Amino acid sequence: MKGTDMSSTNPLTTTEPVPGPRRGPDPAAFLDVRDLRIHFPTDDGLVKAVDGISFTLERGRTLGIVGESGSGKSVTSLGILGLHRREHARVSGEVWLDGEELISASPERVRQLRGQRMAMIFQDPLTAMHPYFTVGAQIVEAYRVHHRVSKAVARKRAVDLLGRVGIPQPAKRVDDYPHQFSGGMRQRAMIAMALVNNPDLLIADEPTTALDVTVQAQILDLIRDLQEEFGSAVLMITHDLGVVAELADDILVMYGGRCVEEGSAQTLFRRPEHPYTWGLLGSMPRVDRETRDRLIPIKGTPPSLINLPSGCAFHPRCPYQGRDGIPCRTEVPSLAQGSDHGVACHIAPAERRRIFAEDIAPAL
Amino acid sequence: MAPADGRPMDVTNYILRRVLTSAVLMIIISMVTFGVFFMVPKLAGTNPAELYVGKQATPADVAATARKLGLDQPVTVQYARFAKGLVAGRDFDDGPNKTHCDAPCFGYSFRNDRPVWPLLLDRLPVTISLAIGAAIIWLIGGVLAGVISALRRGGALDRTVMVLALAGVSLPIYFTGLLAQLVFVHTLHWLPGGEYVNFADDPAGWAGKLFLGWVTLALLYAATYARLTRAQMLETVGEDYIRTARAKGLRERTVIAKHAMRSVLTPIVTIFGLDIGSLLGGAILTESVFGLPGIGRLSIDAVNTKDLPVVLGVTLFGALFIVLANFIVDLLYAVIDPRVRLG
Ligand SMILES: Nc1ncnc2c1ncn2[C@@H]1O[C@H](COP(=O)(O)OP(=O)(O)OP(=O)(O)O)[C@@H](O)[C@H]1O
Ligand code: SF4
Ligand SMILES: [Mg+2]
Repeated sequence: MKGTDMSSTNPLTTTEPVPGPRRGPDPAAFLDVRDLRIHFPTDDGLVKAVDGISFTLERGRTLGIVGESGSGKSVTSLGILGLHRREHARVSGEVWLDGEELISASPERVRQLRGQRMAMIFQDPLTAMHPYFTVGAQIVEAYRVHHRVSKAVARKRAVDLLGRVGIPQPAKRVDDYPHQFSGGMRQRAMIAMALVNNPDLLIADEPTTALDVTVQAQILDLIRDLQEEFGSAVLMITHDLGVVAELADDILVMYGGRCVEEGSAQTLFRRPEHPYTWGLLGSMPRVDRETRDRLIPIKGTPPSLINLPSGCAFHPRCPYQGRDGIPCRTEVPSLAQGSDHGVACHIAPAERRRIFAEDIAPAL
Repeated sequence: MAPADGRPMDVTNYILRRVLTSAVLMIIISMVTFGVFFMVPKLAGTNPAELYVGKQATPADVAATARKLGLDQPVTVQYARFAKGLVAGRDFDDGPNKTHCDAPCFGYSFRNDRPVWPLLLDRLPVTISLAIGAAIIWLIGGVLAGVISALRRGGALDRTVMVLALAGVSLPIYFTGLLAQLVFVHTLHWLPGGEYVNFADDPAGWAGKLFLGWVTLALLYAATYARLTRAQMLETVGEDYIRTARAKGLRERTVIAKHAMRSVLTPIVTIFGLDIGSLLGGAILTESVFGLPGIGRLSIDAVNTKDLPVVLGVTLFGALFIVLANFIVDLLYAVIDPRVRLG
């Protein structure tokens, strides 16, 4: 590994003046994302898919990023991996991985880290695996880019991992093509491919959306077990609060490319303070209760990322908008850190807690 | 071959099915072709026997020939004899002399006084040389141009290639061919004129004589390939599995040359097979423009001299060529796209 050319961008020396709304430099954090912005210039205008996201994540911990479709979750994860092409996307901010800044690093350096130290499980394993190569060949390839080993050794490793993720008869199935696998098996194979290099950071982008409920639970268990075994940091991306409820230590709620609420999973489930999070909780199907008919979807549609609503981007859909003369339409609420978590809303903290305790919690 | 469960069976099955389809197709095509050639003289109001005996013959001669050749028989009987000839050979008895035509008997040319099949075989090397050379040029040139164009989308190179491609498909062979010949052979003298020579006798002369034919013919197809490759590449690089390939940390070179190209080539192979089949048409024009003595020339000469058996033979041979090319493409396709084998 080349370390010398990185010494000039040591996080401790270069990040002293910290602009933007975010926590101070946190040298201990394994993954430290600071004020990440990813904008796409298009014919219709500038798409601000991610607009100032910050978070940290430690090894062995799981951060859940939650939000509706189009809130910028996938764009964020691809941004961390450096997978946005420079011609299409304007990326700014900082992504520190184990003390190394990636946004300003050379593409070649980021490529070396990709798949090796940070790996990704994609949303739809049918389209995310190459239809013309066998599952084994695709895993072998992922291993051999980063390890100088013979094909036979890599193949043994592929069979090994397929077995570990629960694929029966891995020595046989390794030569199958993706279309010969069932959806759940494909997702397992995808996980095997992501884990083949023992990555320190595993990003799972909606790893279970394409699967039925029982298989979903199995896959989530698998990810949890593997995380315990490998001790990796996991970024779990989903629009399903149920998924993060089971897995995440911390949760970040995204709306329109920004963070509206963040905190520990306990806090966010017990004392959520943002009206959007309340909406997400209200629209969450719960297996333990018969709430099917009490499912309350958030009214309205996700915002346009080209012309984000002024002030608080959630205001056109928010039932508390403008209440007591708060400036929802004109001022962007900053992500204020309370005692136990951060919330971006103009309603006063005490009032938010009161509304939740009196109006929201009983209905959930 | 990876020893995966059930795979060899799939492949054998697949090949058997294709062989069968191709054989049935061939039989149907031979029937239709034969039917058409049986009908044409009838519709034109001529007795087919006239075409065999020449203009000076008396009506009695014509009738006698018709009887001896079985041209007065119903079409089914004639086809049966023709089909038997293809498989087992047959005898032609036109009165004074009896002629044997070995299998595969595509007919007998009384004008050339030879069976059609050896006539075709004589000309085949020229046509094959022309076709294969052109195919190599257009395949490599077209695909390369398309890939570069797609990767440099919107740039000057991309625009140049696409304009050339447009010119390539819209200009007829007669125009580009004659122009090229005028410039490179007659004005600049960079390439030899004169007769076609065999590869074995003079490889340089052979290539020199064929060169313009290759390029002219290739230009016609290369344009289509460049555009198809470009479109296919642009679509493929947007696929999820290309993103996965990058996420693994593969070098961009590998992502394009291995992962993207594998998908891009699949439709190219299909089109290539169809084009190889239809190449005979392009070859006919090209051969006549550049004075190459191939099958194209043979068929043009045969049409001019109303040598019906040769025309029928060339047509059937061309059809066989197309069916064969499709068969090979189907096999190739199964190798390239593993999903096809199960379908
Ligand atoms: N390359 C791009 N060019 C322009 N806009 C883009 C590009 N990539 C993503 N976007 C836009 O960015 C927004 C956020 O997309 P993203 O895929 O991150 O959403 P998501 O939160 O992952 O949603 P989902 O739950 O549907 O996966 C979308 O509106 C999308 O149209
Ligand atoms: S700032 Fe206003 S509009 Fe935004 S969530 Fe809070 S109350 Fe609703
Ligand atoms: Mg997504």
